[in-house]
Amino acid sequence: MDGNHAACEGAIAAGADFAAGYPITPSTEIVERFAARAPMVGATFLQMEDELASSIAIVGAAWGGAKAFTVTSGPGFSLMMEHIGFAAMTETPCVFVNVQRGGPSTGLPTLPAQGDMMQARWGSHGDYEVIAFCPNSPQESFDLMIEAFNLSEKYRTPVFLMMDEAVGHMTEKVIIPSADEIEVFPRRATEAAPDEYLPFKPGTDGVPEMAIAGQGYRFHVTGLTHDERGYPSMDWRTQQELVGRLVGKIRSHAEEISRVEERYVEDAEVVLVAYGISSRVALYAVEKSREEKLRVGLLRPIVVWPFAERRIHELAERVKAFVVVELNYGQIVREVERAAAGRARTVLIPHAGGTVHDPNAILGVLREVAEWV
Amino acid sequence: MGITIPLNPVEPFLRGDRMPHIWCSGCGIGTTVNCFARALAESKLPLDKVAIVSGIGCTGRVAGYLRLDSFHTTHGRAIPFATGLKLAKPELTVVVYSGDGDLIAIGGNHFIHAARRNVDLKVICINNFIYGMTGGQVAPTTPIGATATTAPYGCFERPFNLPYLAESCGAVYVARWTAYHVRYIAHSMAEAFRKKGFSFIEILAPCPTLYQRRNKLGDGLETMRYYKQHSVIKHGASTRDVDLDFQGEIILGKFVDIERPTLQQTMEQRYRHTLQERYVASARR
Repeated sequence: MDGNHAACEGAIAAGADFAAGYPITPSTEIVERFAARAPMVGATFLQMEDELASSIAIVGAAWGGAKAFTVTSGPGFSLMMEHIGFAAMTETPCVFVNVQRGGPSTGLPTLPAQGDMMQARWGSHGDYEVIAFCPNSPQESFDLMIEAFNLSEKYRTPVFLMMDEAVGHMTEKVIIPSADEIEVFPRRATEAAPDEYLPFKPGTDGVPEMAIAGQGYRFHVTGLTHDERGYPSMDWRTQQELVGRLVGKIRSHAEEISRVEERYVEDAEVVLVAYGISSRVALYAVEKSREEKLRVGLLRPIVVWPFAERRIHELAERVKAFVVVELNYGQIVREVERAAAGRARTVLIPHAGGTVHDPNAILGVLREVAEWV
Repeated sequence: MGITIPLNPVEPFLRGDRMPHIWCSGCGIGTTVNCFARALAESKLPLDKVAIVSGIGCTGRVAGYLRLDSFHTTHGRAIPFATGLKLAKPELTVVVYSGDGDLIAIGGNHFIHAARRNVDLKVICINNFIYGMTGGQVAPTTPIGATATTAPYGCFERPFNLPYLAESCGAVYVARWTAYHVRYIAHSMAEAFRKKGFSFIEILAPCPTLYQRRNKLGDGLETMRYYKQHSVIKHGASTRDVDLDFQGEIILGKFVDIERPTLQQTMEQRYRHTLQERYVASARR
C-alpha cells in the first residue's frame, strides 16, 4: 500500500477512534480510507467545513475521551496553526499529519516538498515545543503514526507526522503486525477524587493527569494562561510556570524522544543529513560515493523535533562537513549548523520541491567537499 | 448570634472561587447566566453530564464561571470543538454559550454547517451588537446607523437576522429573548435542553459600557426598560419578519420547534443501512 493508506492504518492500529478532516491534495487518501474504515472499526469520521474546524474538532473529541487526528497539506496546515497552539496550551493529546507539497501558498498541490518543517516547529504563536516524525517509507508511515499517537498521549501534546507527497504516494510492502504486538500508550487518565483533582498539576515528568468530560470532575480548560486549577490568571508568574512547563516537559525528554538512523557513519568524513523522501535519494548518493572510495555517511532524523542536536554535536568533533539535502531552501540545515557550532562545516543542497534531488548533483557536491582539507 | 444568609439558588452551579466575574455593571450576560443556572435546576439534568463550550469575548467567559465540564476555546471555534466533543461523548448535553461576534462573524461558517448537519448542540448567543472585549468595534449584528469604534460615522452594513439565519440553515429550535425576559429565557433554555438537534437561542443584552453609552442609549437599566416597552412576543412568527432595526417593535418568542434527525442519527442510519452487519458502532455511542 502507499504511505497515505499506511498512515491511516497506523492510526487505526494506534487506537484512533476519531478523525476530522478537510480534503486537500496530496493528503486526502488518508481521510478517504479512514472514512471507509471508521464505521467498521467503531470509529467516527467527520468531514468538516474547513481546516480550522477539523483541527479543533479533534481537540474537542480528545476531551471527550477519543484518540483523534487530522490530516492536511501546506495550505491547510497554515489554517490549523491556531489549534496546534490551542492543543499545546491545553495539553491535548492529538496527532496532525501533514503530507507536504510545494509552497508557498497553493504552490504545487500534487508534487513533493519539505517546506513546512519549520512551520511545524514554530508555526503557532507563542512558545511551546512539539514532537515531529518524518517517515521515509510506507512502512514507517504506519509505524511512526502509532508512535505519534503514543507520544501525544505520553506527553499530552500535539504530535506531527511530517510526510511528503512522494512518501505519501509511494507504494511498497507494509507489514502490519497483529494487534498484540503493537504497543499502545494509554491516556494518562486521572484516578484522583473529583474534589482533589487539579487538572493542570504536573506529575514528576511535567505532565498532568487528564480527566475527560462527563466523568464528574467538572474541570475547566482554557487557552488563556492558567494555573493548576485550569483557571485563567493574567499574571507573569503563572505565565512563566505554565509556559516553562510546556516547553520543559518536551525539552527535558528531548534525548529520549529524538531519534536518527545512521548509515556508513562510523568512518565517515562527510555526513549527509536528510529525512523523508530526500533521505532515500541521499542514501543512493552515499552508496555511489562509497564506490568512489569517498568516506561519506548518512544521518537521517526520524524524529525531527526535538532535533538530534547532541548527536550532530558529537559527530562535528570528527567529521569534516555535514551536507544537508532537503526539499526546501534551508530549514533543517539551520539546526545542523547550530548543533555543529562551527566544529564542522555545513553545506546545504537546496531544492524548491516539485521533484526530488538529482542524486548525481548530490554526488557532485560530495566529490567537491571530499577535496576540502 | 449569627445571621443566616440563605444560599442563592444559582450558587451551586457557579464556581464561587472565580468570583468576582469580569462583566461590567449593567451588562446583560450575567443575567442570562442566572437564567441558565435556573434552567439547569429546572431541567434536573445530571450536571456531570453537561458540558459548556465558549469561544472568545465577554460571553466567551461564561464557560469559566460555571461548575460544569467547561471549555474556553478559540475565537469562533466553540461550535466545531463542541461537535468533536459531542461525537466523542454522546451522553453529554453540550451547550455552546458565546457572543454574536464569536458565533456569527469569525465563527459564521461553523454555525451554518453545524445547523445544516443538525449537530445536537444547544447554542446560546448573547447578542450585544458590538465587540465588547476588544473595546466596542462594529459587528455583523450592529444596527445600521449605530456607531462603534471602527464605525465612527455609523454602521452602514445590513446586520444579520440571526433567527432567520439559524432556521434557514436547519436549526430545529429557534427562539429570541432579551435580557429583561428572564423567566422566558430560563424556560426556553430548559426546552432546548430537552430538544434533540441544533437549538439556537438569541438573547439581546445591553453592553452599557461600549454600545449603549456610545450610542446615547442610557445605562443598563434604561436598556432593560426599553426592552420591556418595545418587545412583543410572537411565538411562531416567521423568522423572515423578525429583523431588528430598533425603529419599532422587537419581536421575541419561540419561532421554530420542529423535529429532524440529528447528525448522529443520520450517520448511524446510513452506516447501518449500507454496511449492515459490518457496521461496528462506536463504543462511545
